[in-house]
Amino acid sequence: MRILDFLFPKRPASGATAAIAKERLQLVLAHERAGREGAEILPLMKRELLSVIAKYVAIKEDMIQVKLGRDGSASVLRINVEFDGGRRPKRARM
Amino acid sequence: MKEEGQLGKTASKTPGQVIVVTSGKGGVGKTTTAAAVATGLALRGHKTVVIDFDVGLRNLDLVMGCERRVVFDFINVINGDAKLNQALIRDKRIETLYVFPTSQTRDKDALKPEGVANVMQQLREGYDYIVCDSPAGIERGALTALYHADSAIIVTNPEVSSVRDSDRILGILAAKSRRAELNQQPVKEHLLLTRYSAGRVASGEMLSIDDVKEILSVPILGVIPESESVLRASNTGTPVILDDASPAGRAYEDAVARLLGEQRELRFVAPARKSLFRAIFGRA
Repeated sequence: MRILDFLFPKRPASGATAAIAKERLQLVLAHERAGREGAEILPLMKRELLSVIAKYVAIKEDMIQVKLGRDGSASVLRINVEFDGGRRPKRARM
Repeated sequence: MKEEGQLGKTASKTPGQVIVVTSGKGGVGKTTTAAAVATGLALRGHKTVVIDFDVGLRNLDLVMGCERRVVFDFINVINGDAKLNQALIRDKRIETLYVFPTSQTRDKDALKPEGVANVMQQLREGYDYIVCDSPAGIERGALTALYHADSAIIVTNPEVSSVRDSDRILGILAAKSRRAELNQQPVKEHLLLTRYSAGRVASGEMLSIDDVKEILSVPILGVIPESESVLRASNTGTPVILDDASPAGRAYEDAVARLLGEQRELRFVAPARKSLFRAIFGRA
């Protein structure tokens, strides 16, 4: 048998699962990294947005929401800004 | 070479380098690596201490073969019950190597940050290299171990869960280390692939060096082949790097050389050629 194994080695195809592992890892890590980076960037972005908006209208910190989400395969950044008083609320989306 | 290094150790007043050995996932070879790397650095004449950060699960002492010489531990020093020098165990084989054992207490918060910072400061003054053996996970213990690092050795098996956890710990290194907090140069990252089986990589069953490098984008410090000598080494409390007949030992030696800036080709990464004799008669 061993002579046969040596002369006719098994084809690797059936056990070649490393490519699947690589693909799965690349997918899952892309998602996880995006989430991680968002966690660092979003508070900074929120603070800067707040300071810019505050130049023009009265606004408090809890009136702005910055969220990173996804829509199918695309990442979506949602920014919601509320305004006080009689002014009509303005919704920004990008 | 060796003498040169030893002279260097007494003359050098530059603060020691802190190297954390970490991984996220457990059982990938952190303690084996910490023991081997510290021993390798000491063999080259650098005054080196290896610290066990795995409070409650002390094991570095066993791997280093000094378990019967532990008198005081990390927590004793932090609590002021012992002096640092009383807790450090001098290796019986290599003059410039010391082991700093952890405590077996179940109190996971026993490693107080100020106490650890104080110890690390003292060690930086007295040693060339301080190798920190991190516990698994991303809890307090692992964070404490990586906090003071100047460089990090990420130990990874070519396997999905280990690679994913390595990615996680890389993110933590970049965000939660002392260097990150102080806005200094980031912690230098080194990837060490362990339990690598060139044969299985060749047949497409195992992630290759290039695969892991591509996924994690961290430079490779070394590749340690799957080897029976690793178990043999821990059985006897001898860091595997001292077994220079074993591929794993020699691969660790290469990794230490690269850590110190030498250029060395990767070895033991091609599948072993089966001789016709072995193929026919089945002697593995």
